[in-house]
Amino acid sequence: MANHEKMWQELGLDVELHNELLKSIDRTFQQTVGAQKNRPEGMKYFDNVLHESHGGRVAELLDVKAKGNKVIGTFCIYVPDEIAMAVDITPIALCGGTNFSVPYAEKMFPRDICPLVKSTLGLAFSKTCPYAPIKNMAVGETTCDAKKKTWEILAGKVNFHVMEVPQKKEEPDIKLWHKEVREFKDKVEGLAGKKVESKRLAETIEIMNDKRRALQKLNELRKHDPPPISGLDALVVMQAALNDEPVRFTETLNQLNDELEERIEKGISPFTKGVKRIMIAGCPAVMGNWKVHWLVETSGAAIVGDETCTGSRYFENLVDETAKDLVGQLSALAERYMKINCACFTPNTDRIEGVVKKAKESNVQGVVQYILQYCHGYNVEAIRVDGALKQANIPSLKIETDYSEEDVGPLRTRVEAFLERLG
Amino acid sequence: MILNNSGLSDFRITDTGTDPLTNSRNILKDFKFDTIVATGYGRHLAKAHLGCPVITEIKAYALGAHSLFPQCRTVIDIGGQDSKIIKVKDGLVEDFEMNDRCAAGTGKFLEVMAHTLGYTLNNLGEEALKAEGSVPISSMCTVFAESEVISLIARGEQPRNIALGLHESILNRLMSMLGRVGFEDEVVFAGGVAKNRCIAALLGKRLRKKILIPQEPQIVGALGAALLSDKQRR
Ligand code: SF4
Ligand code: SF4
Repeated sequence: MANHEKMWQELGLDVELHNELLKSIDRTFQQTVGAQKNRPEGMKYFDNVLHESHGGRVAELLDVKAKGNKVIGTFCIYVPDEIAMAVDITPIALCGGTNFSVPYAEKMFPRDICPLVKSTLGLAFSKTCPYAPIKNMAVGETTCDAKKKTWEILAGKVNFHVMEVPQKKEEPDIKLWHKEVREFKDKVEGLAGKKVESKRLAETIEIMNDKRRALQKLNELRKHDPPPISGLDALVVMQAALNDEPVRFTETLNQLNDELEERIEKGISPFTKGVKRIMIAGCPAVMGNWKVHWLVETSGAAIVGDETCTGSRYFENLVDETAKDLVGQLSALAERYMKINCACFTPNTDRIEGVVKKAKESNVQGVVQYILQYCHGYNVEAIRVDGALKQANIPSLKIETDYSEEDVGPLRTRVEAFLERLG
Repeated sequence: MILNNSGLSDFRITDTGTDPLTNSRNILKDFKFDTIVATGYGRHLAKAHLGCPVITEIKAYALGAHSLFPQCRTVIDIGGQDSKIIKVKDGLVEDFEMNDRCAAGTGKFLEVMAHTLGYTLNNLGEEALKAEGSVPISSMCTVFAESEVISLIARGEQPRNIALGLHESILNRLMSMLGRVGFEDEVVFAGGVAKNRCIAALLGKRLRKKILIPQEPQIVGALGAALLSDKQRR
């Protein structure tokens, strides 16, 4: 990556600190993802996407911009990428998963907000996020309190648009969301200086649906016993999905899926048949964060499903492709995104029922509820999720943790004891 | 912990120290054995160097407590660095709760507080039981509680009464943990802190139950591990 130093310098990054950041992420990567045995060949590509996320991918985006096109940064899977892509804007997820940058956020922000928010801000504040200077606009949303209030601080510094995500899913809320989606269209049109054409939007809808279909297929393949791929690797694929160019991503994921089918036929797996199967439910684990997947899988179980934003919430439900005109397409998009069941909504019964359903479909023996520390939405909702799982006779364990390594010892004891308990 | 055909035959307790591996090797020298199992925080170190299987202390305490008290349904284990509540059914773990990050309310906490009050870990509980009243302590963080205790002493409060207050604050914390997992009869109190008579007495009072305390509360986990090892051998 050394050959990118000039680019980082030109972007105004603190190159020295940035090198330290990369080293820190790489160390964690090697200790977790890199230490696994019997990985599919096809994972090389996705490992590389993560490795190049601050290098090659940034260079690509600079090319995009050199051609006169725009880049936007997002922080939530509620933002409809398709619409931006239809006016040749590249959306890129800016969420941080590294502990390295957390102290830089804590200089200004209260300590007791979730590590995802702190990591993201810390990267921007310490001049180690290459996307911060590239993006032409950032798009926030009114989901959790930590994010909402963060936007107010960032909005003074960069071009910022906030989408209002409603708190309930009733008639007026849905109406509001449809309006927000239409406004987002106006916003990106203004930024790009061109209009969203129905034909082009149909194409980007298909691109994103194809991506979802490929991820859904991966999810299906993981249902096999033993799964042909580790949960940690499946997470790497998801993390790559949030950063990579979508068409190329889907193509390579389809190849990986083919390889996984072959592995199933030949009986190749990182696990043995009958391995204990676990599903993760709750908060996203974005790039740099492999902690809980690593903990669970190095304790002897396989993660075969993720009910998170770096999991099924991202790829379930396709956008209806049959709409004929722009109005219909925009409302199809709004409908699809409204189906995301985030804990920021109340009530969120669909999510709770969905967790139980997915746990059954993936045939898991237990669910690990992954809660990022100080994420009150998912943390409080965990009580109802736990209750619903209990009724379905599925044991669950709640892990509330940040990105640091200080609690790994006791957490390992809890995870192992949970797995022992599953018989 | 050594088991023979008729049950427990011998045990040794030593401080983990800075070199737990050498410590365990030294102990092992004195004994002949067929198989070993490691449990507790250093279990993976033992696994890596002694080649033995491991079980968590949670399962181990459930097994150990069940063998000592077959009717046991709830185990409260307060050790040096953490506290756990384990729900047990037929010797198996049904559910558990444990603190992740903080030494509040554990053996370590008591050790620091005993020192601050001029007692030893061994007579802290006895002294607290002699208290005429209790001085409430609001801090559960070891560091903050220490300075709180120092200022209470400076205010002229009786060390015994402060000691009772400390024990009560540990109980408050324990009760909220118990509330989260729930508990059923019989309740077994184990781990090093079960040797503290004041905590045991307060626990009985709060739960309005007779609490079962093993003769050697510190070795319940080791007993469970040894029993499992014996079962696996057969
Ligand atoms: S958890 Fe909610 S707020 Fe966070 S990315 Fe997912 S949908 Fe958005
Ligand atoms: S993990 Fe929770 S607290 Fe953190 S950004 Fe997402 S919704 Fe907000």
